[in-house]
Amino acid sequence: MNTRMRGYLRSDGRKGIRNVVAVAYLVECAHHVGRKIVEAFDENEVHLIGFPGCFPNSYAQEMMEKLTTHPNVGAVLLLSLGCESFNKYKLSDVIGASGRPVHTLTIQNDGGTRQTIETGRDWVASQIEMLAQAQTVSLELDELVIGTVCGGSDGTSGLTGNPAVGRAFDRLVDAGAICIFEETGELIGCEEIMASRAATPELADELRASIAKAARYYAKLGYGSFAPGNADGGLTTIEEKSMGAYAKSGRSTISGLIKPGTIPPKGGLYLMDVVPDGEVRFGFPNISDNAEIVEMIASGCHLTLFVTGRGSVVGSAISPVIKICANPDTYRKLADDMDINAGRILEGSASLDDIGEEILDAIIGLASGNVSRSEALGHREFILTYKSFEPAGPSCLPG
Amino acid sequence: MTDSRLLLLAPDDNVLVARQSIDQGTILEIEGHTIALAVALGIGHKVARKPISSGEKVLKYGAPIGSATALIAVGEHVHIHNMQSDYTTTHVIERPDRAHS
Repeated sequence: MNTRMRGYLRSDGRKGIRNVVAVAYLVECAHHVGRKIVEAFDENEVHLIGFPGCFPNSYAQEMMEKLTTHPNVGAVLLLSLGCESFNKYKLSDVIGASGRPVHTLTIQNDGGTRQTIETGRDWVASQIEMLAQAQTVSLELDELVIGTVCGGSDGTSGLTGNPAVGRAFDRLVDAGAICIFEETGELIGCEEIMASRAATPELADELRASIAKAARYYAKLGYGSFAPGNADGGLTTIEEKSMGAYAKSGRSTISGLIKPGTIPPKGGLYLMDVVPDGEVRFGFPNISDNAEIVEMIASGCHLTLFVTGRGSVVGSAISPVIKICANPDTYRKLADDMDINAGRILEGSASLDDIGEEILDAIIGLASGNVSRSEALGHREFILTYKSFEPAGPSCLPG
Repeated sequence: MTDSRLLLLAPDDNVLVARQSIDQGTILEIEGHTIALAVALGIGHKVARKPISSGEKVLKYGAPIGSATALIAVGEHVHIHNMQSDYTTTHVIERPDRAHS
């Protein structure tokens, strides 16, 4: 069944389902030049990512290292203004050590806006030509890393889309894939049932602690991870939203708790702890859905399953997004943006297992050369902001 | 007997979920009670399956999703006007053209 899946083999043994040139600006001051370089190319081949800040941040540095060495990335152009704090030398070394072509342009030294755009486009064009020659190898389900997020949730998300993703996750974990779910701030209230699924008692404690941290963090900020549209859609409280979001995790044993950027060591189900450690700094943990997707990709996700009720339309740079629409009314309004109509479950024309199967088929399709709806529509959103994390304790990844 | 447009998610729940939008004034059967829906119910919204007293936990998916802030009668819309989170306050934007949705 999986023989159609093809991947690009990288030097670390991972395989990509895409082979894109990443153009990465290292401060907002280089963003415009990056945008101009990218707009000259096919949006499937060249993706723009970047970090806007001028202050140093080890989380952002690590995220950019993980993103630019993601298996879906074949070559990287770094764009520096010249005076920012981002350590472009270290980033370039990490990318080079991964065997990928990497080139850095520094606007202050490379002739300003116009000349840097021209030089950048020439370099990207040469890389596209080279990447077009790349051979693919066969790819199996146990080599995939799949993430899931939900956004624009409503009262249908927890009834259809999220539990259907849970069914797909159960099958993927059984097949040996790595599956990651996240947003500890949207699991508030689920800590005890989640802890009961942990691989070890020590991990159960870590899971509880991660949710307690999220509850403290959001309480201090004064807002839960809950938007007015959630309430319009029938969700009343964060714990109600959490119960629905939690259903995405399915029924597998939880094998570990990871921080953003950690690539899980082996097949299984993992929770990503997205809430920063220590004092509340830098504001809200993930300011919008794409911040979550970017963290999933940094942890190696080949693609992200995105469940929406109200109707999110976003995609992502680097790794495709599969849009699963939980609400049948929303599906009718936004069918062109949606890959899967999980709302059929409420209308009685499909079961959770049917939609779980459709999700699995969509994953295999995307790894076989199909494009998702958000990819076809040109969605390549990207956002990365400041955070700080402590290293995870040994109990977080048992055995 | 309960109207098939309302979904019971777990045996102990004290709320039911609308599986489609239901118009204001619709007559609904809820486990032996006959009620007229006081407000239009959007898809995914909740109504009380049992009387819920102020301070009582609201149960959905078999789990507490917050506490009632007023006495809620069978068939009444359960939402931000009569229940609250036990964790963080729910943030909504006031819209003059709508009541509770």
